[in-house]
Amino acid sequence: MDTGLTLNHFLAVSGILFAIGLAGVLIRRNIIVIFMCLELMLSAANLTLVAFSRFNTGANGAPDYHGQVLLFFIITVAAAEVAVGLAIIVALFRARETTDVTQIASMKN
Amino acid sequence: MTFLFYIFAALAIVGGIGVVLNRNPVSSAFAMIVSFLGLAALYIQLDAYLVGTLQILVYAGAIMVLFLFIIMLLDIKSEEGRQFGVFSTAGAVVVAGGMLLIVAKVLKNFEAGEKALTPLKGAAAETTDVSAIGELLFTTYWFPVQVIGMLLLVATVGVVVLSKRELR
Repeated sequence: MDTGLTLNHFLAVSGILFAIGLAGVLIRRNIIVIFMCLELMLSAANLTLVAFSRFNTGANGAPDYHGQVLLFFIITVAAAEVAVGLAIIVALFRARETTDVTQIASMKN
Repeated sequence: MTFLFYIFAALAIVGGIGVVLNRNPVSSAFAMIVSFLGLAALYIQLDAYLVGTLQILVYAGAIMVLFLFIIMLLDIKSEEGRQFGVFSTAGAVVVAGGMLLIVAKVLKNFEAGEKALTPLKGAAAETTDVSAIGELLFTTYWFPVQVIGMLLLVATVGVVVLSKRELR
């Protein structure tokens, strides 16, 4: 049974999602939305990992599970990263009363 | 199979566009959840059931709840009146468009990418991905698992320190 789907289909979706996240990081000014766009880029990279893991079948036809183990680690690190990042944003908001990145420019001069 | 792929890919991409275009951060967060659900469906279509479940539990569940919680804690209003900056929008379109062009060019010449998605057969279909990944985690990757556990502990302590009223 041929599904008509190829590895390139999944890689294309991943590339489009990554480009959307990249555009969001550049366009948006709210630091929380920027952080969400970063997570979107990370997820796009994850899709690439799963796709390559599924299509790189071994001798017995099973997917390459090492890629999915790496994804497991990435998801764990992403969870820790989000927790620390949001704590930093809260501390920043306490100090500056804003989440607008154009207002947070004290390191510029 | 194929039309499901297109539905869920569209869901993921439309959710991603919604994150960028919504002015209200709460709407952005909900668009993000939609995007993650689409991605999880794509993972499951690639026979990665454990990873798809983790995507829903950890990303759409825990991480987005944390985002929504912080948005409500900080009581952020939506960006009113101000359009997106002309220069930043133009720059973003150029950079993201260039990135898309490069991806399209690479995929066009990527012959290994023409491999078709065929259902798993025989022994590969009988072993579940949960048992295969679990076995790898507790044998080959046992040391990295412990390092990750340590990382989570450090992150927890770090968040508590950062969230204290006065930083010394």
